[in-house]
Amino acid sequence: MPDADRINVSELPRLERADFWSLRIVEETGESFIVRKDVALPPFACADSGAMATVYADGGYGYAATGDTSPAGLAAALERAAAWARATAKLALFDSRTLPRPAPRGEYASPSLAAPMRSRREWFELLTDESRQAGFDQRIVDWEAYLEVRTATHRLITSTGGDVTQRYRFLFPGLSVTAHADGDTQTRSLNGYRGICQQGGDEILARFGFGGAGRRIAEEALELIAAPNCPSGTMDVLLTPDQMILQIHESIGHPLELDRILGDERNFAGTSFVTPDMFGTYRYGSDLLNIVFDPTRDEELATYGWDDDGTKAEKVHLIRNGILERPLGGAISQARAGLPGTSNARADGWNRPPIDRMANLNLEPGTASLADMIAGIERGVMMETNSSWSIDDSRNKFQFGCERGRLIENGRLGAVVKNPNYRGISANFWRSLAMVGTADTMQVLGTPYCGKGEPSQVIRVGHASPACVFRDVAVFGGEQ
Amino acid sequence: MVPRETGTTPATMEAYFQELASALDGMVHAGETGIAWLAAESTDFVRMSRGKVRQPGSVIQRYLDVGLVSGARQATRQLSLSGDLSADRARLAAAVGLLRSTLPDLADDPHLLIATVPQSSRAVRGGPLPDAEEIVATVLGDAEGLDLVGLYAGGPVYRGFTNTLGQRNWHEATTFDLQWSLYHRADKAVKSGLSGFTWDAAAFAAKMAGARAQLADIARPSKALAPGKYRVFLAPSAFEDVASMLCWGGFSARALATKQSSLTRMRGDDGADGLVLDPIVTMTEATADGVAPGFQAEGFARPARVPLIQAGRLVGALTSPRTAREFAQDANGANGHEGPESLAMAAGTLAAADALAALDTGIYAGNLHYLNYSDRPAGRMTGMTRFATFWVEHGRIVAPIDVLRFDDTIFRMLGANLEALTVETELLLSSDTYHERALASMRLPGVLLSEMTFTL
Repeated sequence: MPDADRINVSELPRLERADFWSLRIVEETGESFIVRKDVALPPFACADSGAMATVYADGGYGYAATGDTSPAGLAAALERAAAWARATAKLALFDSRTLPRPAPRGEYASPSLAAPMRSRREWFELLTDESRQAGFDQRIVDWEAYLEVRTATHRLITSTGGDVTQRYRFLFPGLSVTAHADGDTQTRSLNGYRGICQQGGDEILARFGFGGAGRRIAEEALELIAAPNCPSGTMDVLLTPDQMILQIHESIGHPLELDRILGDERNFAGTSFVTPDMFGTYRYGSDLLNIVFDPTRDEELATYGWDDDGTKAEKVHLIRNGILERPLGGAISQARAGLPGTSNARADGWNRPPIDRMANLNLEPGTASLADMIAGIERGVMMETNSSWSIDDSRNKFQFGCERGRLIENGRLGAVVKNPNYRGISANFWRSLAMVGTADTMQVLGTPYCGKGEPSQVIRVGHASPACVFRDVAVFGGEQ
Repeated sequence: MVPRETGTTPATMEAYFQELASALDGMVHAGETGIAWLAAESTDFVRMSRGKVRQPGSVIQRYLDVGLVSGARQATRQLSLSGDLSADRARLAAAVGLLRSTLPDLADDPHLLIATVPQSSRAVRGGPLPDAEEIVATVLGDAEGLDLVGLYAGGPVYRGFTNTLGQRNWHEATTFDLQWSLYHRADKAVKSGLSGFTWDAAAFAAKMAGARAQLADIARPSKALAPGKYRVFLAPSAFEDVASMLCWGGFSARALATKQSSLTRMRGDDGADGLVLDPIVTMTEATADGVAPGFQAEGFARPARVPLIQAGRLVGALTSPRTAREFAQDANGANGHEGPESLAMAAGTLAAADALAALDTGIYAGNLHYLNYSDRPAGRMTGMTRFATFWVEHGRIVAPIDVLRFDDTIFRMLGANLEALTVETELLLSSDTYHERALASMRLPGVLLSEMTFTL
């Protein structure tokens, strides 16, 4: 039984003179397997548990994190958090007495959580099979197949009677192959580095063609090493879901985070070109752009029942038909800004406090088939799988690169090109969204590595998107 | 006052670690070797925004990576610990049992290399520090009326290694890191920082006064530059981002062997001559001068210095034990990621005070932001200007510039387009707080470039 389940609420210490307190107990276990160049690396397992105490007292806010989840350890953490709240109350940015005091109750569980998983030997066999398919040519200089399984139990207890338990299982399978010839090196992967990441079990592998993808990925790496550079010029781009997720993440997700808009992230992750007055009227993209915050989609990485401040998870539109409706802001940010928000106060573990994060941020499907989108492009490039990302601190001027490109000329898919890159400005780019793919072009992907915050945190984020077409984009290739 | 007990029994983290190490010694069977790496800290974090306290708190964490080796097989398990020795001994025993049950499932590992010659060490630096709430009150008092945003992080950080062959290593550093920005409006701001082993009120006051003065320059009307090529001076804090890109696999022996390093073309493989940088470029992994431990996670000692680039030529790499075995090289104290943790770049001849005059007309970049490779094999990287970045004419600051994107190769920047390095070098302690407070640093000069390509 996890420690989180053993905690008896009635035995928790009473905290005198506090307006509100919460305890968030997090337990996570994991196993990671890698087969590199047909050699199994030593397996890595982890078992992490601890608690975050948060206290509102005298108008201040304080937290304390501890790896000691015994009654004495939890009591000490609560006292320390209360001391922080009182010690800094006079300097506090906001009066914690004005904040909501949630009292959530309930449970959440990942899909197929109870289904059995493969044994350690079986995982290694699967990865070894995949690896052996990939290393068939001397130009292939490195390759690996990997898989990580994580399970987690999060329990949130509040002084207002709240008590929520959420249980998760996450899978992170992947493949990567690197080829080298004539002074150039090209890497091809299955949907990017850790791009495949979902909640659930074994069924996730089949969704992405795991178990036979090694050969295809290796062949594509060899194709890239022999391919010409992507051409330069202003042209249309067709972005597949494993690039769209990055485009959504960097140029919609981050700029809509309310803590960035309120200024908390300006010393580190950055600010936002979005300002509070834009909500309700600002045209973020073309009429085809519909972005939802959806922590309810079963298999997606950041699906949950409640966020880490205890706000019930609900699907809401952030952008509807191109118009900006609401930011990504949890209960505290909403109270500070006087804006509606989302259930997205999240922490990456027991040792970090919740801040405004993306969870599942999805682009709703449209009506164009993949064939329609290709046929609708006179001159352009289809770009697959993000490989490079950079954007300014207001989340406006961006430059992104992909692993693989294919030319599109007169409505037909043509030759493979390497180093496809494009650049643009968020505030304009989404207005050039010309076609949105149907649901059958969608993929549910994400990243376990979204970083921000002081102290810094890296959190799991899900993104689902169809393929999309953008007009008149600045496209270019690698160094000549 | 916030209570600051370590929560550890016995009272010091070092004594607690020694007890765990002894416990591990008693848990291994004949033919087994146990190894363990401790990463622990007791940190006060105070987040500030709009000149006020946004999120204050403290984190006490202890993680132990335990490895069990038998023959050519190894498995590793990471545990979080409670600080209570009795409970943590039980966790350790359970972990060793699980590792022992894992080994039969594994194939022999042809690339396994463990430290077998004990090289024990002990280093303790820094502390004590004033209470964090006292420091933050000083900071916010000095910044009254200013839009300050930032983070104070302070307290002891611990790293320990043990193996059942008798090796014990201990590294303890009590440090603080204060990073803050003063905002004029929107994205126009001055970034500053102060870090070290002892809080120096005078040094802080000087830094804050400097930031206030620079804020006046930031408040001037900004200049929007068109994409193109400009002369550029990169302050050490800006060049740190470029150097960080080289640390991302650039010096990795494995990445070089598998042609994935951005510096692969300096190796001169494929029958071509290796590319060279300007002869004034010399870079070293200088563990002796940094804050990183003198041992890596598997217990191998780190040399005081590993030459990486000498007079413009790639002369070395960072080699982990695993890479050493895989590619028949010598290990040199690198961790698994094979990135520098104490990179030092040799100084040049340009006095920092003369940097603006030497720049004459061009861009003075105080900071860069969000770099990434746009063509890694070609050493080409892209990124943004940020914070205090100014347009300079005839050696005088004229205006802050609106953010610009650069896209250029390291071979041009530190090759044909490198004009000078400053005499002064700056020690920049890492502010990284992902998962844990980093113990890494760089010592870098300012860099004057005759040309840098900006694209957006």
